[in-house]
Amino acid sequence: MSIHVQEDLFDLQGITQQLKKLHNSGASVTFEGYVRDFDPGHERLDFLELEHYPGMTEKALLSIESVAMNRWHLDDVYIVHRYGKLNVGEPIVGVVVFAKHRKEAFEACHFIIDFLKTDAPFWKKEITNQQSYWVDAKKIDDEEKNKWN
Amino acid sequence: MKIKLFYFAKVREMLGIDREEIDIETDIKTLAELIVFLKLRGGQWQSIFDMSSSYRMAINQELAEPSHSINANDEIAFFPPITGG
Repeated sequence: MSIHVQEDLFDLQGITQQLKKLHNSGASVTFEGYVRDFDPGHERLDFLELEHYPGMTEKALLSIESVAMNRWHLDDVYIVHRYGKLNVGEPIVGVVVFAKHRKEAFEACHFIIDFLKTDAPFWKKEITNQQSYWVDAKKIDDEEKNKWN
Repeated sequence: MKIKLFYFAKVREMLGIDREEIDIETDIKTLAELIVFLKLRGGQWQSIFDMSSSYRMAINQELAEPSHSINANDEIAFFPPITGG
């Protein structure tokens, strides 16, 4: 398993193909999140600035991976999350899970992104041609995470 | 005892500071007590810490609750609710 916190773009399909060669897995599930071009009620987005807490970010992502590895029988987990300036349409986050069977792969990938949303210290700032503002956390993100308890 | 404080995102911008090292009395034993102490600075410090929904905390890079105890040389961070992913 591994985690990657980086400014650069990533190629989740390429990563998945590379990892596939290392395992005799029956299934992989990938999740990729992108920068949307607007938030309802706001003007069009120019770009996003993502701040994080170096050190804690890596610890939080590793911890989420470990919990998932202990909860399901998984062959491998890969998490990549970007920070810095992100343009509309670009990927922000990628999760790849390899397992023997689809059920574990689906569930673990869902679990990881739900926990990442509330436990990995990233903060989004949206920049439009008019203004910039910090994105408010959504209550539903906590609710989604709590469903796993 | 000395502790390190870190501030991130909107909390950092509102307070106008990203980190500091402070020396506190040893009778400050929990995060909740530290917050009472920081609120005495007034202004934005009071506004932020008056609203428990506007910030989260970590001790030594792990999410923490107000009841968590603090120790000398701890790295304590205050930041808004997380919005990554």
